[in-house]
Amino acid sequence: MVDFDVVSLPETDHVAEGDTAPDFTRPLVNGEYWEDRALADVVDGPTLLLFHPMDGAFQGTYLYNTVDDHGWSDDVDALGVSISTPYAHKRLLAERADGVRIFSDPSAAVIEEYGLAHEIDGMTGITESRPAVFLLDSDRTVEHAWVASEHPEFPDAEAIDDAVADLVD
Amino acid sequence: MSDPQITLYRLQACPFCERVVRTLNELDVEYRSRYVEPMHSERNVVKRVSGARSVPAIVDRETGVTMSESANIVEYLKGTYGDAATDGGRAVDAEGGA
Repeated sequence: MVDFDVVSLPETDHVAEGDTAPDFTRPLVNGEYWEDRALADVVDGPTLLLFHPMDGAFQGTYLYNTVDDHGWSDDVDALGVSISTPYAHKRLLAERADGVRIFSDPSAAVIEEYGLAHEIDGMTGITESRPAVFLLDSDRTVEHAWVASEHPEFPDAEAIDDAVADLVD
Repeated sequence: MSDPQITLYRLQACPFCERVVRTLNELDVEYRSRYVEPMHSERNVVKRVSGARSVPAIVDRETGVTMSESANIVEYLKGTYGDAATDGGRAVDAEGGA
């Protein structure tokens, strides 16, 4: 691999294993429409909650390719969150992320509440999300958490595979 | 949270959809909004529930009614949830609907 400088992200007090994932209501987008949904109402079993940078950034593309490759949305409910609009989510879902639904959080208020906010140099006024993966059980307890500490950084898919297998079995 | 009985399929900033929303609010009927895309070809869900791709369209879970066209919807809502209808249904029964 070519050497490149990764940027370390500052420490953050993010949602962690053992916490209850904070509830929120945002438009939730599927392949056909979007409507306001509360996380607490949507989670009724093992759920993978995936925060990612705005749709179109390569981190989101890689993340959903990984979701598709590993078939996570077959095993658990898979829910994304990004600052992109519902229209952008629909474009994304037309191409990848089979079976995934994505919350739209343009204000980044949910992202901030989860401790994932990230300022991007040269994009003034935009608050981004760090990539983060939370595996929740049916009462929204966080069973597995991964939050990027470098930029860019990708989740360990095998660790998520194991966590999903542990929770589903 | 229980689901509202009315589901409204709508398009952002569509005047005919806003007209239905106004009526729902006037009648104090709970509803949930499902937003679809401007392109008709991307409205399969609306076609599936209502038989047509036009919005607004409503599904009333209580009565089993599914309906398109804002004028029809407004008339239906007023007849079903308006003053005449909530008067114990007597006005509707006596006069064959508002």
